[in-house]
Amino acid sequence: MTARLWAAGGKAADLVVRSVRVVDPQEGLDEVRDLAVARGRIAAADKATVGKDLRVVDGRGLVALPGFVDLHAHFRVPGREDEEDLVTATAAAAAGGYVAVFGMANTDPVVDTAPVLRSLAERAQREASVACGFFAAVTRDLAGRQLTEMGELAAAGAVGFSDDGRPLESSLLVRRALQYAKITGRFVAIHAQDASLTQGGVMHEGAVSARLGLVGLPAVAESLDVGRALEIAAYEGGRIHVCHVSVRGSLEHIARAKQAGVAVTAEVAPHHLCLTDEEVRSLDPDLKMNPPLRPEADRKALVEALREGLLDCVATDHAPHAQHEKEVPFEAAAFGTIGLETAFAAIHTACVLEGDLSLSVLAERMSQGPARIAGIPVPTLRAGAPADFCLVDPARTWTVDRQAQRSRSRNSAWAGRDLTGKVVLTVAGGRLVWEDVG
Amino acid sequence: MTAEQMRRTLVRIAHEILEKDHGAGTLAIVGIHTRGAFLAQRLRGLVGEFAGREVPSGELDISFYRDDVASRGVLGAVPSTLNPVVKDTSLPFEIDGATVVLVDDVLFSGRTIRAAVDALFDYGRPVRIQLAVLIDRGHRELPIRPDFVGKNLPTALKERIEVRMTEADGVDEVVVVRPPRSTD
Amino acid sequence: MAKRDLLSMDDLSRADVELVLDTAESFLPVLHREIKKVPTLRGRTIINLFYESSTRTLASFELAGKRLSADVMNIRARGSSVDKGESLKDTTLTLSAYSPDIIVVRHPQIGACKLVSACSAASVVNAGDGKHQHPTQCLLDLFTMRQALGRELDGRSVAIVGDILHSRVARSDIQGFLMMGMEVTLVAPPTLLPHEVEALGAKVSFDIADIREADVVYLLRMQTERQDAGANFIPSLREYAALYGVTPERLRAGQRVMHPGPINRGVEISAAVADDPETLIEQQVESGLAVRMAILYRTIVGMDERDDEEGA
Repeated sequence: MTARLWAAGGKAADLVVRSVRVVDPQEGLDEVRDLAVARGRIAAADKATVGKDLRVVDGRGLVALPGFVDLHAHFRVPGREDEEDLVTATAAAAAGGYVAVFGMANTDPVVDTAPVLRSLAERAQREASVACGFFAAVTRDLAGRQLTEMGELAAAGAVGFSDDGRPLESSLLVRRALQYAKITGRFVAIHAQDASLTQGGVMHEGAVSARLGLVGLPAVAESLDVGRALEIAAYEGGRIHVCHVSVRGSLEHIARAKQAGVAVTAEVAPHHLCLTDEEVRSLDPDLKMNPPLRPEADRKALVEALREGLLDCVATDHAPHAQHEKEVPFEAAAFGTIGLETAFAAIHTACVLEGDLSLSVLAERMSQGPARIAGIPVPTLRAGAPADFCLVDPARTWTVDRQAQRSRSRNSAWAGRDLTGKVVLTVAGGRLVWEDVG
Repeated sequence: MTAEQMRRTLVRIAHEILEKDHGAGTLAIVGIHTRGAFLAQRLRGLVGEFAGREVPSGELDISFYRDDVASRGVLGAVPSTLNPVVKDTSLPFEIDGATVVLVDDVLFSGRTIRAAVDALFDYGRPVRIQLAVLIDRGHRELPIRPDFVGKNLPTALKERIEVRMTEADGVDEVVVVRPPRSTD
Repeated sequence: MAKRDLLSMDDLSRADVELVLDTAESFLPVLHREIKKVPTLRGRTIINLFYESSTRTLASFELAGKRLSADVMNIRARGSSVDKGESLKDTTLTLSAYSPDIIVVRHPQIGACKLVSACSAASVVNAGDGKHQHPTQCLLDLFTMRQALGRELDGRSVAIVGDILHSRVARSDIQGFLMMGMEVTLVAPPTLLPHEVEALGAKVSFDIADIREADVVYLLRMQTERQDAGANFIPSLREYAALYGVTPERLRAGQRVMHPGPINRGVEISAAVADDPETLIEQQVESGLAVRMAILYRTIVGMDERDDEEGA
């Protein structure tokens, strides 16, 4: 049972990018050459391409990277098409250099049966410009009580199982989920949060929350739950994936578990790599998310962990919200920021340019790492491979325009900020899906 | 005006005040602002000396009565000539039935005096109000006229009159300050 | 000139605070004479937008505006279109039709004042937003202290006792008292102190005996909800009163007691202390009017002082 991806068809691309720096971490490639795409596949470097509509792109100063893969996005379909749908989500993804995106199951209705999954697949075949995959829920209706029919869901193509949005409160449920999911070979993705320690919390519990009076979300509420889940995984076996890691305490548990041979992978979101709780002093609701922005010490630890590979991949946790749910007092606002379009640029600005992360490692963590976890073909720039890549301009500075987001929603933590580094072209599934070569 | 001139002027004004005082009400001297208040104290001393009796005095802060605060600026902005220091108002005598001599250093547009009259009426009902100023520089915008004037000093709008007094500035003098000539 | 908001004590420098307190002092004579009004803000519109019931603060702001001759409108959340689910943003936009100069906002959620300020050209004064800040309370507390202890507050000490964690009054007061050079000690059970309380800059103690050295003892109201089973902040009001309730025995002669009100007799403050004429609690209420007049005045007129050169 493998994870499946669906996308709308389209014209296979024919183009050549001249004198571009090609970086492919898996192939150990980092050289300047021409990159050619012929009928949707990477052509051998020296061959002139065929095809009438040959597009030539000047690649000087640009970098070609394997296309990004997002293991954690919220498509909001079915149920909240006012916030996002597959058209807009994949448009945002394409603009961010993504060639595959996986949606979480906390929709309305929840993706907890095969028919719901299949209907989403059908929609993706009509509407998705970039390949989409889907998580299925661990428990029916995300209620945390009864397991979903994981076998059927996996057969229908679910990439994994997650009740993301809600923590799994019962240790027994976590155990059963890990046990049962072994049938499928898919992983269980955990949203780690101790419910009783996080009642009413809206930001990180620390010096800033002490000043602001906002109810805090303590770091231990996350690390405690990560520890619990990983201990169960060590006991039970099975594949476990930790969503949106945000605190050092969680990193310690993950390191121990990996040492002990537990089949654990972990992701980190761009906002936790780039922003801290100090930002929340502005009381801007676009900076309210769960897990919340943490202090600088945690941020630095996360960047280092991503660099070292303790954290396996970047996952955006792209969370669109309607205006009326965000343009309210901070305390009352919904949690989450959109992130597909800005992920690369934000991390490039805050980490690569600061010297804390190399472009090559970032590319691996945004592309090939998550692809391997998902069990889908790994994007590569090897000749003959399907063309799944993006071109980035590391020197281009741009301002994130709140009104000009490709997502249907406007709630970006980076609205109005200047970022350096931009995705200027994306070829996904052999189709040209985005360009802003300017 | 030199210190000596100032002294003689105040003496003259003090005599004039007493001359015009027909006993219609209890005479009281009330100064406006910093320097009006200093002048009022000096006048009170002189008047008291010549009259041979204690004359009550007080001081008035008119910040809350200025007409330019109530007028609308952009987004609540206030014209830049504003924001005076708010000082104390002290009127330790019965205003009802008093003849109040308001004292200020320079009479210009008349708006300060208008505000002072309004303020006084919020404290009580004087029988009459008279006005004594050290300098009248003209350019009145309201129908206000002084009863007692130290010196008439016609000036251009751009010029400024600075009254300095030992109580605040260490010296007694009045100077006219002309704006620096532009050099381009 | 950008509009001036008073959303939190962060918006004021020490010089600003002193100016507001001095201005409040200038308003005292107005409040004690026959005609208790000045025409200063005539023609201006002040809207009091209160989403939390509060007779005391609302009355104080309403009267302050009227004493300044402004046109004052009170909008209470109960019984208005707000109850029909109109969002704070929409309510603010609707109110802009009245071109208010100042909107005074009290709201149970942190960030509400920020939102109103973003949606309106009016200056916004925070009358209490959730558990965040209550800057006008802090200013009237400072004014009360100045009147009682003298203008120089530097070096004076104050002990704040009670539920610091949930108190917007405490947050504003701690900031304001420290700004004026006072020594601040927080006395509370650990469950009612924020997790990284050191970030607030005050000394901390769990022992009520540590209020003894302070010049002023400032008491916070203990809400009954804190003992509820779900919350478990304190085991019972009874225990709180026993360990932290201020009684005459726990006070030293000469200490002044303050409380933002309303008081919970027998809990944080014993009846004997509440009825003691030496407490400053009544003065706090009286100060409220002059201080709020000063705040409204300064919000419109600004904080810059210029010695008036020209007579007029």
